[in-house]
Amino acid sequence: MTSFPDNETLEPDRALELAVELGLKPDEYDRIVTTLGRIPSVSELGMYSVMWSEHCSYKSSKVHLRNLDADAPWILAGPGENAGVIDVGDDLAVAFKIESHNHPSFVEPYQGAATGVGGILRDIFTMGARPIAVMDPLRFGMPTDALQRRLVDGVVRGVGGYGNCVGVPNIGGEVEFDDCYAGNPLVNVLAIGVMDKDHLQLARAEAVGDLAVLLGSGTGRDGIGGASVLASAEFDEGDSDKRPNVQVGDPFAEKLLIECCLDLYERDLVSGIQDMGAAGIACSTSELASKASMGMEVDLDEVHLRDPTMESWEILCSESQERMLALVSPDKLDEVLAIAKKWEVPASVIGTVTEGDQLVLHRDGNVIADLPARSLADEGPTYERPMQRPGWLDDYAAVDAEDVDLPDDLGSFVLSFVSSPNVASRRWVWEQYDSYVQAGTVLPPGMADAGVVRLPDSKKAIACSTDGNGRWCELDPREGTRRIVAEAFRNVSTTGARPLATTNCLNFGNPERPEIMWQFAEAVQGLGEATRALGIPVTGGNVSFYNETRGVAIHPTPVVGVVGVLDDASHALGLGFEDEGDILFLIGADVAPGLAGSELQRFLDRPLGGTLAPVDLELEARLGELLHLAARQRLVNSAHDISSGGLLAALVESAVAGQVGVHYDAEGLDPAQELFSESPGRVLVTVSSVNVRDFAQLCSDADVSVRDVGTIGGERLIVEGLVDLPLDDVVDAHERALPRILGS
Amino acid sequence: MRVGVITFPGSLDDRDTIAALERAGHSGVALWHADTGLADVEAVILPGGFSYGDYLRCGAVAHNARIMGAVKKFAADGGPVLGICNGFQILCEAGLLPGALLRNESLRFTCRQVRLSVEAETTWTRGLEGRHLVIPVKNGEGRWYADDATVDAIEENGQVVFRYSQGRNPNGSVRDIAGVSNEAGNVVGLMPHPEHATDPALWGGIDGLAVFEALAAPVAA
Repeated sequence: MTSFPDNETLEPDRALELAVELGLKPDEYDRIVTTLGRIPSVSELGMYSVMWSEHCSYKSSKVHLRNLDADAPWILAGPGENAGVIDVGDDLAVAFKIESHNHPSFVEPYQGAATGVGGILRDIFTMGARPIAVMDPLRFGMPTDALQRRLVDGVVRGVGGYGNCVGVPNIGGEVEFDDCYAGNPLVNVLAIGVMDKDHLQLARAEAVGDLAVLLGSGTGRDGIGGASVLASAEFDEGDSDKRPNVQVGDPFAEKLLIECCLDLYERDLVSGIQDMGAAGIACSTSELASKASMGMEVDLDEVHLRDPTMESWEILCSESQERMLALVSPDKLDEVLAIAKKWEVPASVIGTVTEGDQLVLHRDGNVIADLPARSLADEGPTYERPMQRPGWLDDYAAVDAEDVDLPDDLGSFVLSFVSSPNVASRRWVWEQYDSYVQAGTVLPPGMADAGVVRLPDSKKAIACSTDGNGRWCELDPREGTRRIVAEAFRNVSTTGARPLATTNCLNFGNPERPEIMWQFAEAVQGLGEATRALGIPVTGGNVSFYNETRGVAIHPTPVVGVVGVLDDASHALGLGFEDEGDILFLIGADVAPGLAGSELQRFLDRPLGGTLAPVDLELEARLGELLHLAARQRLVNSAHDISSGGLLAALVESAVAGQVGVHYDAEGLDPAQELFSESPGRVLVTVSSVNVRDFAQLCSDADVSVRDVGTIGGERLIVEGLVDLPLDDVVDAHERALPRILGS
Repeated sequence: MRVGVITFPGSLDDRDTIAALERAGHSGVALWHADTGLADVEAVILPGGFSYGDYLRCGAVAHNARIMGAVKKFAADGGPVLGICNGFQILCEAGLLPGALLRNESLRFTCRQVRLSVEAETTWTRGLEGRHLVIPVKNGEGRWYADDATVDAIEENGQVVFRYSQGRNPNGSVRDIAGVSNEAGNVVGLMPHPEHATDPALWGGIDGLAVFEALAAPVAA
């Protein structure tokens, strides 16, 4: 029988009570007792509570996520690794992943967002890659409310404060405002990295006797229990009490840690590495050991601390940022420590890889935890939670969304639409982010449907788009998700890149409610269907449940990130109209009723409702291939898909970005549908007159319909018979709105 | 020309600056903050970034780095020294350039293309006087400031090297000043980033290339 020191020993009643205080359910506690064959110590209970939290264990989502496909010849690492990794040719590999930091950002916007960036960057360089870009899909309540403006301000400062200082360019993202996020903003961050293919690091222990070296910042009391307390429970009144659970970011320490780790990989000095995010040392030690079916002895006395009075369980569960755990062969230790010293990164040897599968922790010469590593990392509880189709879907379906009368004075209506919070230019946001650092940015935020960065020492470039649409997914989580995957795929395609893979951040309410679980399962189905049809496997991602405050859930908001490759960065297409006299073509699907859940519906304050027609995924695939070929043959000068805000928003964005007017020949349909329909599968492209014949031939070969819809030029934005405005007025309305709303 | 680029802990644009130098026909030499010598380079650049996180006043820690002794001697001997953004802040802290950099008037980090005019002939702007450049600026503390007497004096001496075009000042600097030199004209600092406007395949244009090319230009008779 293992015996623990007094301060680690629990009486049975107190053990159960403490388990519940730490967020475990009584039956989960019983499972721990069965696994161990005894009452757990305080430290063990602390470790199980964080590792079995929803955030770390995916216990409610696992059974659904298993159905996603992650197989393709170009996938080098998929779900279960710290980030997805794809082969992009020329012996280069690209790592990418998206993650949420929603609850911390509501409690403390700056640090919550900042550490969200820091955490996702560590996932990338843990794989061996240098981070080369970040993107930030953000969602808030309406900015008419001062609290929401404060959140936007803090989050944008936090994303910028960390990303700018650590030196990774921001190449895009989203900002959406909707009342459903007022009590629960969504702060998702995606990062992309690049490495030589043979530097891919897989997080597992490989050899008995390898030393576990803790690199990076001292371990402190910040962020203790963040994963279990913040990320795995919904909010109630008075949650400012949770502030001590939010971690504090140190981007300078991260910058040094990145350079140190890349230096170690370059010299092939580590045999395994794991970042420390949620659940800190407990998570990194058990995951490294578990994946290799090995054990580990860890001495907590060796951990460099910010506060020597910390309890053992606090050391184990601390979520102090900017730390990594590297496994190092003893003969390479001196070299590793020398490199850490060069980069001024604190390092200490805290453990050894052992035979067997036990994780044994020591403090002050006593054993304080002795448990199977796998029981923490891989053998936590899994739930098949009950599901039920929400009754409110019938109410949505009963709404007539497609029949909308527009006011007679369309000109002023259009100007107020393009200056509304969800349509206005996001320049105010992206100008707070460094988009030039690392000298790779081909197309920065706002200039293309996807961000594009060139890979170092290569002609190749990566394009990436993040997309979500909570309103569509609220109406129909499966079809809504199919549509956002199609949109992200299309956005990447419009730059000329070939889309290759998908990551996802699934933001949902409380999974213990059957309606929420049904939404989740439907969304995952939709994600699987669309990514299979488009050939862009899901390489992993993140599930964020419990996004609700006082019992009101957000709209189900899966956010997907799709990554694609351009073989030659100089082929990349922006969305800005370029040359006077270019011909404007609309390619792809015909306009279809598309006002259900649309931006127009929200702008007019009409009730959310209507039904979503299924997106034609085969057409989307053909459209993507066509755009890729057209870019490669340099037949197209700009490309922009029609999405949120419909044709009108697309024309405005392209005209404003290109600083040139447009004359669009309306098709004479219902004006609301013609201008504002968000029906999928449509892209506006501009073509020089000399290339029109070749382009038309290419469309015909690709079986994609093409319509000549206007010309580029002049200083007005004209939709024949409907809208005729001076471009300067449009630019003013579009670009000045957010600074006015959010502060200069 | 062999041009050294110093990496301080937290430097970010060091590799980008070396790439820009090579595009302009120079050879870029990586220098390390803890070194004592300058490896016989013919010019030195202090690149942009967040040295020591800018947790103290920007440049306040880095200007005490070991290599700065050699930089000061090099500058005193007339060697060409350029500070870009954080490098400019470090040169001001080191007393090699006049003035100081304060927080932007907007109190926000600002990243955008700006239009500048080149107003003085220095080692780094030979042949560029009177030209306009459009290059990116990206900083939170880029508002150059000095008292009126100092500004008058450097205007008089021709030490205002770069000035934001009217109405384009991104940070509220005194008299729209974007970059200054020392009296001798061999040490120059500016907030905008010429190195991020040197590659035709990237966003940002190539106006910055002129600054690196000017370094090799012959001295006017």
